[in-house]
Amino acid sequence: MSFVEYSERIREGDVVIIYLGHESMMPVKVQAGGKTQTRYGAIRHSTDLIGQSFGSKVTCSKGGWVLVLHPTPELWTVSLPHRTQILYTTDIATITMMLELKPGSVVCESGTGSGSLSHAILRTIAPTGHLHTVEFHQQRAEKVEQEFQEHRVDHLVTVRNQDVCREGFGVAGVADAVFLDIPSPWEAVGHAHTAMKRHGGRLCSFSPCIEQVQRTCEALTERGFHDLSTLEVALRVHGVRSVGLSLPDFGPDAGPDAGETPAPAPVHTSVAIKTTIPPREMTGHTGYLTFATKPRT
Amino acid sequence: MAAAEGTEEDDAAYIIKEGDCVVLKRGDIFKALKVQLNKKVMFEKQWLFLDKAVGQLYSTAFEVVSGGHLEPHKAKTTEGSADTAEAGADNRNIVDDGKSQKLTRDDIETLKEQGLKGQDIIQQLIDNSSTFRDKTEFSQQKYIKKKKKKYESTITVLKPSCRILAMMYHGREPAKVCHLRHDTLAQMLTLGNIHAGSKVLVFETCSGLVLGAVMERMGGYGSVVQMYPGGEAVRAGVESFGFPPHFHDTLHEFPICHVNALLAGTLNTAPAKEPEADANDPSKAGEEAGQTDEDMGGGGGGGGEGGPEEPKMETSTAAQDKQREWDKLKENRLQEKKVKMEEKRKKLASAAALLEGKNADGLIIASRFHPSLVLLGLIKFLAPSRPFVVYSQYIEPLIECYTKLKDQGGTVNLQLTDSWLRHYQVLPNRTHPVLQMSGGGGYLLTGTTTVNMRNFKAAGAQQADEPPAPKKLKLSGSEG
Repeated sequence: MSFVEYSERIREGDVVIIYLGHESMMPVKVQAGGKTQTRYGAIRHSTDLIGQSFGSKVTCSKGGWVLVLHPTPELWTVSLPHRTQILYTTDIATITMMLELKPGSVVCESGTGSGSLSHAILRTIAPTGHLHTVEFHQQRAEKVEQEFQEHRVDHLVTVRNQDVCREGFGVAGVADAVFLDIPSPWEAVGHAHTAMKRHGGRLCSFSPCIEQVQRTCEALTERGFHDLSTLEVALRVHGVRSVGLSLPDFGPDAGPDAGETPAPAPVHTSVAIKTTIPPREMTGHTGYLTFATKPRT
Repeated sequence: MAAAEGTEEDDAAYIIKEGDCVVLKRGDIFKALKVQLNKKVMFEKQWLFLDKAVGQLYSTAFEVVSGGHLEPHKAKTTEGSADTAEAGADNRNIVDDGKSQKLTRDDIETLKEQGLKGQDIIQQLIDNSSTFRDKTEFSQQKYIKKKKKKYESTITVLKPSCRILAMMYHGREPAKVCHLRHDTLAQMLTLGNIHAGSKVLVFETCSGLVLGAVMERMGGYGSVVQMYPGGEAVRAGVESFGFPPHFHDTLHEFPICHVNALLAGTLNTAPAKEPEADANDPSKAGEEAGQTDEDMGGGGGGGGEGGPEEPKMETSTAAQDKQREWDKLKENRLQEKKVKMEEKRKKLASAAALLEGKNADGLIIASRFHPSLVLLGLIKFLAPSRPFVVYSQYIEPLIECYTKLKDQGGTVNLQLTDSWLRHYQVLPNRTHPVLQMSGGGGYLLTGTTTVNMRNFKAAGAQQADEPPAPKKLKLSGSEG
């Protein structure tokens, strides 16, 4: 198991995702002799997990069962321990495409936060790219570095514990893409420019507030970035349902032919249809994504 | 650190060369093409030659000058700022009487013919506008922006990428990509966990855009199997990506008409035997089969000279020669056919070998076919605990897919979604959403396979597939 390479079977030291039910998943580090409690009972790692194939059903001690899934950045995003507000898959997917990430890309990111986006970046740039991620909070930087090791992607990433607005990314002229998710991105635009390749590259800034976007765009234009584009993307989930629709009864047909035989009483009073319904509430705003191209300098 | 490292050699990769696949950009309009010398190309109602772009760097902006030639564009830094000194406070004094512009259409055409550049024409328009000075500063900028779009023909030559090609297809020819919007494609690649080193199945009728996007994300590592309908795999769009040759070694193709045979284990991909050669040419096959290898060399050479020539003499030797030549030609054709069939067989065999293990890592479907049969057929090739993504322009067939998968079992995390995309104009004191937005970018059904897929029992599979959470049972009841 690794976050950048699939395996068939679970081995000791793997991180697996336990599927407990719809939208209820948790990551588990597999250790010989280890035990994990779930609401369906305990999972014994040595007997229930090690050697099993990913995607299989595991019966817990209370008789209920769960599924054990291979980790992916997307499953990690919905099950990781939150240390900060995180980026979700809809934004991540847009960021990945608009930054033109692919195997071999060198990416700078700040802040690392809980590492939700970092894992998705690593998956896409492996096996030849590199991620330089900067996090000013020491505990968060240490924790995420440990997670990268556990997920076997540490060879693809350098974590730096510093303030990007003051000290930059710690690299110069190497990045194909820069991602900023910090309170004052305009203060880091110059450092982003320094980190990027001379030939140019792509930049993305994520900000929840429009005032931040405003200032960032001004800083980007001033620094010579072009093709600025600010957008918002939201995921709409459609719940599939069978619903019954009642049929009206207008009484017996009283047309000219309806004299002799009385029409049989209508059997159906409703019909069932398959349709989708929107959720009662959905995420309407996460943040504005501002993209820009750094020209050759 | 590495800023000054080998810049000149590095440049080679960023120089436009003859034969490169490039994308032309003007405003928000894109066009993908191959750089060919002396070739007239049409872009945005304008004929042009790309010859002068060769040797220049990618992302260079060009101006189209007379004769359709390109000339590197030098942007004036102080564009339009000189005239904005005078501006009105509001629009109370501006009346739309159609008389504010003194230049007529003919005047503008004459200016153009005189070889005036876009910027100069705009300056003329401003000078001849009686209302420009009364417009507010913002309004003046908007006016200049609008005129720029019309009169400035700056064209940028870009390196192709999934981002650019997806925007190009959706903007110009949405029908060719089943109306797949670029952000929806972005969701597909991420939700499908497409990455280097995996084995991904792609079924698409999006001109090869989706296939190319998957190949870009795999970076030439791993394998992609294009599952294609009909006689031949269609993927013109893949060419536009301009991948290096080794990327194509990772691409395999398998015709879906053989899926049932492959699943049943009756697909024959062993080398062709004599009886098959027989079918091609019953009279010759007997002797040929034994000596295929020797004939290859001779036949190849003979075909080249003997083909189009007409024998002129009717002597006995000439007749013999003619007969021999004729035989050779026939043999040669047969050989060619054999080589082709052998190639096709090898291709089929290599794709079949990849599929046989039923251990693919990802499945991406985006087509004009009914997705439910395609999905139920191809999902059998996926390993357990792997993601799949199905795109459809319409939601109803995906509802059917969802229902069938729920009935069948063997999948979790099923989700039917679409994405909403809104662009913003960001300007000092004028920030707001762009007035027009896309109404929809298509629908996605995503999920993850489980081991259950293999040994599911049609009856009662649905209940067995949901963990026995008392709370959830109620929910799935109302769902089913």
